[in-house]
Amino acid sequence: MAVKILAVDDSASMRQMVTFTLKGAGYDVEEAEDGQKALDKAKGDKFNLVISDVNMPVMDGITLIKELRTLADYKFIPILMLTTESTSDKKQEGKSAGATGWIVKPFNPEQLLETVKKVVG
Amino acid sequence: MAIDMSQFLDTFYEESFEGLDIMESELLNLDEGDADSETINTIFRAAHSIKGGSGTFGLNAVAEFTHILETLLDEMRDGRREPTEEANNTMLASVDVLRGMLTALRDNMDLEVDRIAATQKDLETLLNNGSPSVDTVASESTPTTVGETSVVGWDIVFKPHTNLFATGNDPVRIIRELETLGELLIDLDDSRLPPFEEMSPEECYLGWTAKLTGNVDRGAIEEVFSWVEDECDLEITPVKNETSEAVKGPTALPAADERRTSGDRRTGERRTKSGGAAESSSIRVGIDKVDSVINLVGELVITQSMLSTLGEDFDTKNLNRLIEGLDQLELNTRQLQEEVMRMRMMPISFAFQRFPRLVHDYSQKNGKKIELLMTGEQTELDKTVMEKIGDPLTHLVRNSLDHGLETPEERIASGKPEMGTINLNAYHQGGNIVIEIRDDGRGLNSEKIRAKAIEKGLIEEGARLEQEKIYELIMLPGFSTADVISDVSGRGVGMDVVVKNIQALSGKIEVSSEAGKGSVFTIRLPLTLAILDGQTVAVGKEDYIVPLVSIIESIQLKPEMLNAVVGKGETFKLRNEHLPIIRLHKIFNAEPVNIELTEGLLVVVEGEGKKVGLFVDELRGQQQVVIKSLEANYRRIEGISGATILGDGSVALILDIPGLIKLSNNEVMTEYQSRKIA
Repeated sequence: MAVKILAVDDSASMRQMVTFTLKGAGYDVEEAEDGQKALDKAKGDKFNLVISDVNMPVMDGITLIKELRTLADYKFIPILMLTTESTSDKKQEGKSAGATGWIVKPFNPEQLLETVKKVVG
Repeated sequence: MAIDMSQFLDTFYEESFEGLDIMESELLNLDEGDADSETINTIFRAAHSIKGGSGTFGLNAVAEFTHILETLLDEMRDGRREPTEEANNTMLASVDVLRGMLTALRDNMDLEVDRIAATQKDLETLLNNGSPSVDTVASESTPTTVGETSVVGWDIVFKPHTNLFATGNDPVRIIRELETLGELLIDLDDSRLPPFEEMSPEECYLGWTAKLTGNVDRGAIEEVFSWVEDECDLEITPVKNETSEAVKGPTALPAADERRTSGDRRTGERRTKSGGAAESSSIRVGIDKVDSVINLVGELVITQSMLSTLGEDFDTKNLNRLIEGLDQLELNTRQLQEEVMRMRMMPISFAFQRFPRLVHDYSQKNGKKIELLMTGEQTELDKTVMEKIGDPLTHLVRNSLDHGLETPEERIASGKPEMGTINLNAYHQGGNIVIEIRDDGRGLNSEKIRAKAIEKGLIEEGARLEQEKIYELIMLPGFSTADVISDVSGRGVGMDVVVKNIQALSGKIEVSSEAGKGSVFTIRLPLTLAILDGQTVAVGKEDYIVPLVSIIESIQLKPEMLNAVVGKGETFKLRNEHLPIIRLHKIFNAEPVNIELTEGLLVVVEGEGKKVGLFVDELRGQQQVVIKSLEANYRRIEGISGATILGDGSVALILDIPGLIKLSNNEVMTEYQSRKIA
């Protein structure tokens, strides 16, 4: 079974980049463009990893993480934040919401892949 | 693994331009009143996305510029800064600069360095002026402990808190990662392990002590634990080589500057790689539309397999099932066609979104107070039509701003509210999209138009024209009533160009106006250019398609209706009008069944306001036809707008009514002239 990853970002180019990189490495990737859509997708499926942007319309990444952590299926699943915020308070907010870790934007595909491999093997 | 980032750039540019449009329109919203947090948040998000993407895709100049804008917006978002008009204008200017930068980068052109620098300076001044005392630039790098170059290894005590799993972290992953740094010896600490019956599988009770040997930087170890630093007790102590002495000096973390330079290199590479790449146009389609097409294709496959099973050994008793299957196939195909067409449809808001800025800038510059109302922005139309309607619409809106709306003084003097209104409205009607540009200005002055038309020799002096016909005069080539040519409208490009553009889209434009109350320009456009409702007509053995929109009626001629006028060819009388007859067989050199006008049929059509009768042998069915370009496959032919393939596989030409009318006029003229000479 391929590892299933949910990539959440309101920017289509970032989604494309993440999907392309991860699919190329053999992961199964689905996309969502905001927190709400991601939550709906997550409920209907079981992902092994969620990678989410923080700033998004409709539902932001922090809320998404909080919501996911209330679901039995996602209680212990790794969730990574894609964040441009270099200040530690955003990371902190994400951590207390239940994020596993973060990838700081800008990042290149290699960095992304390395982090993902670290988390899901 | 090297991934070519340039492949994502098209999408990035596209979404960034969209983001800039959103920023622009929201900034203009801010202009009107106090700042509500959602508006600022929307602007912030757009800027934020552009910054994130440009950094990732190596467009560092854009990232750097957007960063300042973002910081400004962030302060506004947090309520640390009030949105002033000055700030707003600077941010609007930044939107323009960013648009310019992205366009230049996309097209491999040079950046307008001076303009960028100037706007960047404005932004920085703004940021520093009255900026909150809070230090906005948070120091990124934490001072590293000095003197660790002499260490030969590390003792690490790692005691995760019991809630470590709740963040999806796994101590095993962390230990594995440590292993990659050097030689690792590890001991398990299970002292916290509770009795079995009290154990919860959701909690972490274990701890580890590790000895890591090798020339490892403390930062690298901290990095491994960075995600869990709040979920564990961690001690990292250096194991020193006793003979070596600590060397003082900061071990720098990879700093922001370093990242920046490596990013610049990336940009350089990308530029050479994508240099001269052809610009491909793309379209963003909602997932729901794609899903619905996939669904329909699925149904089509089912129908097809049902039919082929039926066909394998066909028996006439299955005829009903065959007919049912074919009906189903027809239904599927039609639905699929509709859905695919829907993919090309976009809301007209894409064409409307430039107007708030246009109106804002115009009113600031010209001291007119104008309110722009837009309704029906979600009305959808074909992408190609949308791209081509932008300029004519802009021209019309500029006309209304410039010629239609009065100055505040004039408005007050004539008892109107000081604020003028321009209303853009779009809606669907039949197979058309209707766009109205309505202003409550002074209206068209029919006396002035009439005088001008006489002066320009467009009409005879003393000609009797209905009000509507007078308004239509402004659309003729060479007509312009503007006394002073302003930089907004009246640049020598007249209404006739607008009309021509709209007609090129198979559309129509109408004007209505009331003196002192305002004018309405109504544009009617077909929803798509790819499909046409057509009437098939037969001339001899050939079939032609007449666009249904241009047909007024079809009649059988009676001898008393006929008339031949010298220099105007054959005409017929329809109610009170004398209309010319075009013999299609003559124009296309076809062998007709009927030569006598009274024996065939006359299809009365209208094109560019002129009516003519097309003489044909008979009418066939009405159907939707897919337009195939003749120019692309053959060459352009007068009087023909394209071709299509009919149900039986034969090719039929689609008539271009205005072109035909022009063509037959020329023919009559040459015939008349040659007869006169003879």
